[in-house]
Amino acid sequence: MEAAQAQWLKVHPLVVRVTHWINAFGILIMVASGWRIYNASPLFPFRIPSELTLGGWLAGALQWHFAAMWLLVINGIVYLSYGIVSGHFRRKLFPLTPGAVFRDVLGALRGKLAHEDLTVYNAAQRAAYLAIILCALVLVLSGLAIWKPVQMQELTALFGGYESARVVHFLAMALLVLIVVVHVVMVILVPRTFPTMFSGRARRAS
Amino acid sequence: MKKRTMETSLAGHSPKLIRSIERRLFLKQGLSLGALAMLSGCELTDDEGVQSLLMGMSRWNDRVQGWLFNPNKLAPEYPESAITKPFPFNAYYGEDEVRLVDGKSYKLELSGLIRDQKPWTLPELYALPQTSQITRHICIEGWSAIGKWSGVRFSDFLARIGADTTAKYIGFECADDYTTSIDMATALHPQTLLTFRFGDQILPPKYGFPMKLRMPTKLGFKNPKHITAMEVTNEYPGGYWEDQGYNWYSGS
Repeated sequence: MEAAQAQWLKVHPLVVRVTHWINAFGILIMVASGWRIYNASPLFPFRIPSELTLGGWLAGALQWHFAAMWLLVINGIVYLSYGIVSGHFRRKLFPLTPGAVFRDVLGALRGKLAHEDLTVYNAAQRAAYLAIILCALVLVLSGLAIWKPVQMQELTALFGGYESARVVHFLAMALLVLIVVVHVVMVILVPRTFPTMFSGRARRAS
Repeated sequence: MKKRTMETSLAGHSPKLIRSIERRLFLKQGLSLGALAMLSGCELTDDEGVQSLLMGMSRWNDRVQGWLFNPNKLAPEYPESAITKPFPFNAYYGEDEVRLVDGKSYKLELSGLIRDQKPWTLPELYALPQTSQITRHICIEGWSAIGKWSGVRFSDFLARIGADTTAKYIGFECADDYTTSIDMATALHPQTLLTFRFGDQILPPKYGFPMKLRMPTKLGFKNPKHITAMEVTNEYPGGYWEDQGYNWYSGS
């Protein structure tokens, strides 16, 4: 029995796993409905194909967007509080130096990034996960600035006004989607990371 | 605008699209929506469940926006140089279908919880003390434009006609068959104006002759044009877009 247990390593705490999947679902809803809202009055000279959007028309998309925002924000508060209070962020995301990020991103591009120990994030992962958190924060704040440009006009002014807050909201979405795409590609390349996001544990590399 | 017509025609497709997207999202959606559904006690198995969940969240967002509304917080005002030219036309129909109202026979009808329900003619309305504002009009579609409107402060008008300002809603009917309704707190906001002028001219037909209720604290579609009747009431009046799913409060 003890020998069997020794084969397993704890990789992801329960709170991280649950909030990860709620977040994945919430982001999917927010992005797909956001794309439909974007199409009602595109900021740039392109539209998002309707098949990729959620809501059917503007009112439906807005309903999804303004319902899922609660899920995302409440889930985000739980995740951030846990990450800060438990020391999860300090342990897993730091230390982080630009040199290490550069080295590991280069290694990943050459397909030579060591990924033996799933309990430790490499510098490329640390940078990506931190960037996702920052993107989400900017998305929530710029979203509030667009939603409440009168009641929260100080926040809107911080983004340079209503119209620039829209641009920031869009760019933060684009960066977040890019990171998520890379994240999913990496999971496909290192598939044994996938079940650990459900079970929380991984077999010890022998 | 053409956009409007397109969006309206898409309205009928929404349940089908939602169904196909639901299939795609399947397990993940089932799990998390299940958690959400527990909050409002909705069945998730059919589209009606999803619909009522979303409508429930929209009603919740009405309430949250009511709490967030600070009656003393003023919308930013801009200099004349910031005015958007040309100011975009927007309605649920195209610009070639703008209704022409005859100013001579025009009367504003009053009903509901109002003491003095005598209808108002345009010369009577024009004779009231006027004020103006240069504010940003924000459309629910996302675009915005800055314009200048002048008219009577709505709270002064409500006081003059003896409206019951403890009532919940004010509903509006317009010459173009548009309807909408607002909360009393917004009606009493100092920047809520019953306007008769746009820029330096009498409100032209495409911007709502003879009058538009201008509220910089609400999205554009909540600002009714060509108003012919208003009612003070405690019964939720709804509105043209609101009945199709736009958030009722839609505050800025």
